[in-house]
Amino acid sequence: MSTPTLDKSSGHSEALDAAEAAAGHLITVTMRIRRFNPEVSDAVEWVDYQFPIDPKERVLDALHKIKWELDGTLTFRRSCAHGICGSDAMRINGRNRLACKTLIKDLNPEKPITVEPIKGLTVLKDLIVDMDPFFQAYRDVMPFLITKGNEPTRERLQSAEDRERFDDTTKCILCAACTSSCPVFWNDGQYFGPAAIVNAHRFIFDSRDEGGEQRLEILNDKDGVWRCRTTFNCTDACPRGIEVTKAIQEVKRALITRRF
Amino acid sequence: MPAGTLYRGREGMWSWVAHRVTGVLIFFFLFVHVLDTALVRVSPEDYDKVVATYKTWPVSLLEYGLVAAILFHALNGLRIIAVDFWSKGPKYQKQMLWSVLGVWIVLMIGAIYPVLGHAARILFGS
Repeated sequence: MSTPTLDKSSGHSEALDAAEAAAGHLITVTMRIRRFNPEVSDAVEWVDYQFPIDPKERVLDALHKIKWELDGTLTFRRSCAHGICGSDAMRINGRNRLACKTLIKDLNPEKPITVEPIKGLTVLKDLIVDMDPFFQAYRDVMPFLITKGNEPTRERLQSAEDRERFDDTTKCILCAACTSSCPVFWNDGQYFGPAAIVNAHRFIFDSRDEGGEQRLEILNDKDGVWRCRTTFNCTDACPRGIEVTKAIQEVKRALITRRF
Repeated sequence: MPAGTLYRGREGMWSWVAHRVTGVLIFFFLFVHVLDTALVRVSPEDYDKVVATYKTWPVSLLEYGLVAAILFHALNGLRIIAVDFWSKGPKYQKQMLWSVLGVWIVLMIGAIYPVLGHAARILFGS
């Protein structure tokens, strides 16, 4: 009695066919990445990496491929890789975006895809910038609930309409794509920047919060909302689709009318 | 450290750049205008000579550029006021910019004869 044997050659060929069919989707991309390593040199250089990739993959997948297979020295931040942690904001083909939400096929992959760190913050290495000034501006607007008097024994109730008032600005993930797309912020790092104002807006227009006046006074500063020149770069850059400029304008109008 | 590539802003950013550029151009015009008008108190003859140069055709072309700058700055200024004070302004800023450019083109076509007619008569004869 003979033991049935697996026909390896035909099995192998099927797997190979599948691999070849899959490979048919692959395209060759050139990722042009702005590299900087202060431990090696003060000079910044553009480095090209060429490899095949499925165009339905994301820019983050391409960066992973470079780091894991081509050049382990490439440095960038990423955490969740699904558009919610806000770690991988970078300038891709000249615009701020999240690498994990940008598909290769949407970037005209026939041409080299440029990837740079976000602008206006000090570059520490490759695509990593110093986020401290960004988070300091965020802390300065007191992004937490401020109330007076005794704490209620049950939850603070809010109508659906009152909740809707600041719904847009609750979506912020603090990726800094907006702040680092702002020409005012590039030239004056003291400007609070769109992200801090968005997060102030989230509490100023919250009916449960009582710190609105304090926050408005903070943003009435010469480096506050009045520096905004409505270039709309922040609104265009926001990966969460927040109407950032609209929120800033609402804070400006609240400062004039004191109604919020 | 070099600043990297130019940021690829959209309508909002480039309208802001154009607003700044036209603002500076208008400032330079006003600067020259104040100087040439002040010249009449220093030397009326020299004032006449300067104003005579303004009647030449290259200055007419510059005047057309001045009309372009002032019209864009004024119309886009109205758009910025709407963005500042109209609650739906930020939502419709792009549509407002295209409207501004549409009105600007119509007015620039309308300004061809009044501004450049004189230069055309100098260059090509009446």
